[in-house]
Amino acid sequence: MFNNLKRKFLVIATIIGSLSMFSIPQNVSAGAHEQYFPIASSRVGPYSAMGTGYYGAQIDYLNYVNMNGGVNGVMLTYQECETEYNAVKTVECYQRLLEKDGQRIVVFDTLGTPGAYAVINRMAEDNVVLAQYGYGRTDGADGTVWPWVFNAASHYWSQIAVKLKFMAEIEGGIPNMKGKKIVHLHIDSAYGREPLPAMRAITEEWGMELVEISIPPPGLEQQSQWLQIRKEKPDWVTFWGAGSGMNSTAMTNAARVNFPRDRMMYVTFGAAEEDMYPAGDSAIGTYAVANALPGDDFPLVAAIKEQVYGAGKGNLADESRVGSVYWNRGLGAAVMWIEALKNAQEMHGKVGKAVTGAEFRDGYEALNMTTERLAEIGIENMVAPFSISCENHEGAGKFAVMQWDGEKFNQITGWEAPLDPGYIRSLVEASAAKFAEENNITPKEC
Amino acid sequence: MSAAISTYSKSDYINFIVLMVLGFLVIPMTVNSDYWFTSILIPWLCLALATIGQQVIMGYTGQLALGAAGFMAAGAFACFNLILRVDGLPFFGALIISGLIAAAIGIVFGLPSLRIRGIYLMVATLASQFFIIWVIDKFGWFKNYDSSGIITAQDIVIFGRPYTTPVDMYLVILVVVTVMTILAINMARGSTGRNWMAVRDMDVAAESMGVSLLKTKLQAFAISSFFCGVAGALFAFTYLKSLEPVAFDIKLSFKILFMCILGGLGTINGAFIGAGFILLFPVLLNYLGNNVFHGAIDATIISAMEQVVFGVLMIVFMIYEPLGMARLWENIKQRLFKKKNK
Repeated sequence: MFNNLKRKFLVIATIIGSLSMFSIPQNVSAGAHEQYFPIASSRVGPYSAMGTGYYGAQIDYLNYVNMNGGVNGVMLTYQECETEYNAVKTVECYQRLLEKDGQRIVVFDTLGTPGAYAVINRMAEDNVVLAQYGYGRTDGADGTVWPWVFNAASHYWSQIAVKLKFMAEIEGGIPNMKGKKIVHLHIDSAYGREPLPAMRAITEEWGMELVEISIPPPGLEQQSQWLQIRKEKPDWVTFWGAGSGMNSTAMTNAARVNFPRDRMMYVTFGAAEEDMYPAGDSAIGTYAVANALPGDDFPLVAAIKEQVYGAGKGNLADESRVGSVYWNRGLGAAVMWIEALKNAQEMHGKVGKAVTGAEFRDGYEALNMTTERLAEIGIENMVAPFSISCENHEGAGKFAVMQWDGEKFNQITGWEAPLDPGYIRSLVEASAAKFAEENNITPKEC
Repeated sequence: MSAAISTYSKSDYINFIVLMVLGFLVIPMTVNSDYWFTSILIPWLCLALATIGQQVIMGYTGQLALGAAGFMAAGAFACFNLILRVDGLPFFGALIISGLIAAAIGIVFGLPSLRIRGIYLMVATLASQFFIIWVIDKFGWFKNYDSSGIITAQDIVIFGRPYTTPVDMYLVILVVVTVMTILAINMARGSTGRNWMAVRDMDVAAESMGVSLLKTKLQAFAISSFFCGVAGALFAFTYLKSLEPVAFDIKLSFKILFMCILGGLGTINGAFIGAGFILLFPVLLNYLGNNVFHGAIDATIISAMEQVVFGVLMIVFMIYEPLGMARLWENIKQRLFKKKNK
């Protein structure tokens, strides 16, 4: 009897639970002058340090803009969805976040190459900008084939070229690179393989030997890979990992096989404080590159700290992470959304009104972040100055090299471009042309 | 076959007609949000199909096999390459051939089942999961030498008409799932299924009664992989719209295994219920978390809580209904039916 009751209760609870999906009202009422942004966050799982910092900054900046009167009076709203850095879940989140109260998203940011690839073909049809802030599909930088895709804040091919240039400088010039051996140790996913086309081309040109070693995700087991590295005795290791567990494991393993840390180059998604701390002293000396430098003394960072966190409305549970690498990177991305929104409002005579995806795209393409503009916003030197054009969606294409000293990153170089940006660009165009041909896309005239 | 059909009762036919009307008429006419088609119905049907495959091997034949996602990957990449390289091959033709390719691989990996059983077989079949993914990753030919390793799935074209809108794709999948589910039910109820169950319940006794273990086990592996292969191709072509080996990792295999167990081992409707629960419940929790507690609790804590709640619910279900949600459903039906009689 009681068993039956219990069973019934469970069933009813489940049914009510599923029905409530239809009936629960959305939390923000529809306003005429609101612009809606999606937050496809990744707060749980091995990539949580990245997701909490990056998306936390985006939410903080949206709140900051709202506190200061919005964008010409347009208030910003957002909705969050958890992707767990998983391509399948990203697709679901994209569909879920796509519309809210009749308003469609204008931009989408997956903070993950697998997720970006999973939604990239929906952008043109849905009129949504895919803003890949330093990740994602590299040939999206060719705006003629990918009008809706941007990888402003520099893509992986420029990144690997900058790294090789830095190595050449340390080794005393490109002629000295001949015969040197380099290991590309990467997570076995689209993201880990993304820099390879450019890397293979450059190392071959310089007469270097490239060894590719992959680590299956989530990458916490790396003993066999590091044994192989010990056998190979490379001069440099470029490490392309994701998640603080994987990133710190690589350093502790490097220490175990006595591979010098100052011959290791970390990718932007391993170049954060959260990736370095767990490795302790093993991390000291590791090089990394940044597309947005850490630091909390940039005027905008300080202002958000004071106004948003001062009012107790900050998104990060740990306020000390404000100004860290991932947080500042998210801030850089969010600043671009808002600047693009401002451009779009002005270009289409919609000042003080919400804009559509097509209008936002035009605004994004018109981004011109000069040093003066960056200083006005309060992030001068945090990101490299850049502008975007109809055909070039990459932005700066520059990175700064940093080195970890055990407590913080020290900036070693200024904003460095690849030795031959034209060559990288030709690779991008060739790859985009191949895609266009395979998929019967007629490149846009610029 | 006619003998098998005659065993269906009147209520079976009514159920079938109601479900068909619901699936082909009511849902396409009443549901107008793309979200429901692309993010709920399409993945649900695809994964339910894969779960039927898992049911055949695990629920009916009693072979503990893990690696459904590997066969899904095989089917997905086979379908991509068939459409890419064979001119004029219709979509359904490619779908069937990719299912057959997956079935062939399934037979090879089913061979160990003749010698080992139980948990040891599970370990042996795990190899298929890793081997298939490794082969696809290692040899660029499977991915048409794409640099990043993620390729775009072609549009579905049937008789010259592209099926690209969410409703169109939903209907294509529904047709495939309906046909294959009817096949699965018939096999399960016919002599094929009785052989499977005989092997499951006691293989020595089955063999002494003249059931060939070799034939039955390999047949079950082949049919199971066929279902998974077709499901994988549909999953990649309609839901992901891109093909990436990482999408078919061991986690998906486990998910399909849970769908099978939670839905109810040895039931076809359990596959649909289990797939619905495992797929949709996290979505529901995430939705509730973000809308009810929006801003009230730290978003990171909400995200973590969702996983805790989901885990607890799974344990609760297994404790109160170890036979799965299909049995729960039967109980509800019986009780409602009894009430009417009173």
